[in-house]
Amino acid sequence: MKFDTVIIGGGLAGLVAGISLQREGRGTAIVSTGQNALHFFSGTFESLTEAPQRMTDLFGEAGIRLHYRPGVRLMPMGTFRESALSLEDVDLFPSPEFARKVLIVNFMGYHDFFSSFLAEGLEKQGMQCRIRLINLPEMDKLEQSPSEMRSVQIARTMDRIWEKVVQEVRVLLKDEDAVLLPQVFGLQDTAVPGRIRQGIPARVVFAGTLPPSVPGIRTQMLLKRRYEVLGGTYLMGDEALNAHVHEGVVHSIVTKNLDNHYLEADHFILASGGFFSKGLRSNPFNITEPVFGLDVEYNQDRNAWYDKAFSADQPYMQYGVKTDETLHGLSDGKPFKNLYAIGSILGGTRPELGSGAGLAVRSAFAAADVILSEAKNLE
Amino acid sequence: MKLQEYTVSKHNFEECMKCTVCTAYCPVLQVNPLYPGPKQAGPDGERLRLKDPYFFNYALKYCLNCKRCEVACPSGVNVADLIQAARIKYDHSKPKLRDTILASTDFMGTVARPVAPIVNGVTKLGITKSAMDALLRIDRQRTFPSYSPRSFESWLKRRDKEQAVFQEQVAYFHGCYVNYNYPQLGKDLVKVLNALGVGVQLLEKEKCCGIAMITNGMSEQASKNARHNMAALRKAVVDKGLRVVTTSSSCTLTMREEYPNLLGVDNADVKDSLLMATRFIFEKLEKGATLKFKAGFHKKIAYHVPCHMEKMGWGVFSEKLLRMIPGVEFTLLDSACCGIAGTYGFKKENYAASQAIGAALFDQIKTVNPDVVACDCETCKWQIEMSTGYTVMNPISILAEAIEIE
Ligand SMILES: Cc1cc2nc3c(=O)[nH]c(=O)nc-3n(C[C@H](O)[C@H](O)[C@H](O)COP(=O)(O)OP(=O)(O)OC[C@H]3O[C@@H](n4cnc5c(N)ncnc54)[C@H](O)[C@@H]3O)c2cc1C
Ligand code: SF4
Ligand code: SF4
Repeated sequence: MKFDTVIIGGGLAGLVAGISLQREGRGTAIVSTGQNALHFFSGTFESLTEAPQRMTDLFGEAGIRLHYRPGVRLMPMGTFRESALSLEDVDLFPSPEFARKVLIVNFMGYHDFFSSFLAEGLEKQGMQCRIRLINLPEMDKLEQSPSEMRSVQIARTMDRIWEKVVQEVRVLLKDEDAVLLPQVFGLQDTAVPGRIRQGIPARVVFAGTLPPSVPGIRTQMLLKRRYEVLGGTYLMGDEALNAHVHEGVVHSIVTKNLDNHYLEADHFILASGGFFSKGLRSNPFNITEPVFGLDVEYNQDRNAWYDKAFSADQPYMQYGVKTDETLHGLSDGKPFKNLYAIGSILGGTRPELGSGAGLAVRSAFAAADVILSEAKNLE
Repeated sequence: MKLQEYTVSKHNFEECMKCTVCTAYCPVLQVNPLYPGPKQAGPDGERLRLKDPYFFNYALKYCLNCKRCEVACPSGVNVADLIQAARIKYDHSKPKLRDTILASTDFMGTVARPVAPIVNGVTKLGITKSAMDALLRIDRQRTFPSYSPRSFESWLKRRDKEQAVFQEQVAYFHGCYVNYNYPQLGKDLVKVLNALGVGVQLLEKEKCCGIAMITNGMSEQASKNARHNMAALRKAVVDKGLRVVTTSSSCTLTMREEYPNLLGVDNADVKDSLLMATRFIFEKLEKGATLKFKAGFHKKIAYHVPCHMEKMGWGVFSEKLLRMIPGVEFTLLDSACCGIAGTYGFKKENYAASQAIGAALFDQIKTVNPDVVACDCETCKWQIEMSTGYTVMNPISILAEAIEIE
């Protein structure tokens, strides 16, 4: 099967690149082993200090509204982090003290939301907190099985019964000027967070839970749907195994599901993520990129890969594949002519593109631009 | 150190990094509080079961074996295989009469077909449905697929001379459904393949692929069928050098994946030659073969990728073929389980869950309002037709309708 561009990896980077290309009439396919880091995405693009118009447009067309306001966001454990751009339902405050008094509401039996850590953190900032649990009969069913009391399962129920939460919170609310709720709203019905905010006479803040991330999965679903509506071919659950390369030009890739049916294209984008997604692999001796065997930037001394202090910045997080300035992947120092690496497979090696989700989006745009600057061969 | 690096655990279960992604995509977990979910039932439970079989949980029977957890898992853990393998290994309870009946598609077909008009009439009767509901716990709200008075095999056998004329030949694994319930699909395939200059032959006696036996606790019978079918497939593939095409995504997945992974029946020498017909046809067209389409054909089609097609990753071939037909207005439905999962939804205890799982898909179909829903699976067809009222057609039948025969 032949495409203009074949993208390996269907996370944030792969989807943004795919949508950008489809929008300009390029026929693309995305191959992705499984789901991706968006399932852990908190909803803020910390490394972006502005809101690029083409990014807000692309997300907007997919039905995802972004919110730009330089300041700080509340972390799941009650600390704050600087941030300027987020999904609409993730609040950004000019300063950490966003209220006088805060009512923190959780669901009975839900352990993936850290109300007391949150209260402690907010109290440090001078805010008074009160924690209350609510118990809805619709959730009894979920409580029967601990594995069901997870963000996504609750969110599915909440899409239907969010109005009851509003009623309960209104009853609990005294003189608080803010209400903190777990981020379990608007999985399928994106209007729900907004309706909850309208329904409660105080500032409503949605705070992060343990994964899976509800705003992250929603973002994944909406971007994927947009990509498919534009005619993109998303091959979920398939894995790129290796490539046919001739004189620095990639001709096709071999995938697990399509075996001897190769995916051919004029351009290839490698968006296969970091260690977590197996875009990079490590063993006790070295770190490799398994599909094309791209050069990887890492310290040869294995003991230097990690810091024993668990919460320290880990050096291995910086490791990534090597590219030239226009993101062409390198092999033995020489660039492939039609292969681009984007997203977290770049590691921290391209600081000018930001980190995390910001890196994924900016590098995706950059690679799409290079491809679009070249003539289209395929109708 | 090397040992750890090169050891692959069974069904990849040690690759699980506990990320919980699979739990977000399990259709059963959304509707059945008794089901522990893919992570608990799969890799987490496996660690315990390996310590002590006591930890085997009978609630694993609620798993649909839809494989959506595997498609979602970023680490390549074969979650559903772990669950089905555990059921085969630890669940020694005897299958109920009802489950045996539902799983014996082959046997039932042979018995019912000669008396098809009677059986069809009888299974449609309210009183039969009540009896089946009460005695066998087969839900009365289900519509039973009807049996065809003449089998596909006998239809094709009578045409073996005209098929032998074609220079290029393929063998067709038709499966129970085409043989006993819906020979028209097989006839449609023959029409399309003949138009491409390909003659169709039967395998030397195929048996039910065994999928329903695996999920109904009859793995021994399933292995027997697997060994029988492998011998038949080898005759076609190895001895005659033929490729074998199919029109059912579940039979195909079972023979390609479940035989080696769950039943321990090796298929390495034939696997690559066993293809969905849509893939076979797409590849022929890609290499330059042509089909002539009717002028003025128009159809609004919504394509549902069945779970097992999604797992094989071959929905793209059916999609591209349908999009190729001039006059087709195409919508790809969101990837979701319809809830029937073979015999699962026929059981009274699963009926409500089965319908709840499919609800989102049914709603989307109603919103799209197509002329016809396309789908490569026969049980999805029953489920979607019963639940939405829309007609469901295999992509091959749509193709057969759209082409012009000179
Ligand atoms: C736990 C966690 C929390 C995070 N929180 C934040 C945050 O709050 N803010 C922020 O800005 N960033 C955050 N990030 C970072 C950000 O989410 C990621 O950097 C970004 O989403 C990465 O996108 P990606 O597309 O590059 O890679 P991924 O999302 O990792 O996607 C890669 C995809 O490629 C697939 N793949 C891999 N190999 C192959 C192959 N051979 N063939 C086919 N497919 C393959 C994988 O299965 C995966 O689906 C977080 C990351 C993690 C892991
Ligand atoms: S089986 Fe896969 S998706 Fe599920 S928790 Fe383990 S690694 Fe994650
Ligand atoms: S196979 Fe389907 S039903 Fe079974 S655990 Fe996986 S997702 Fe759930």
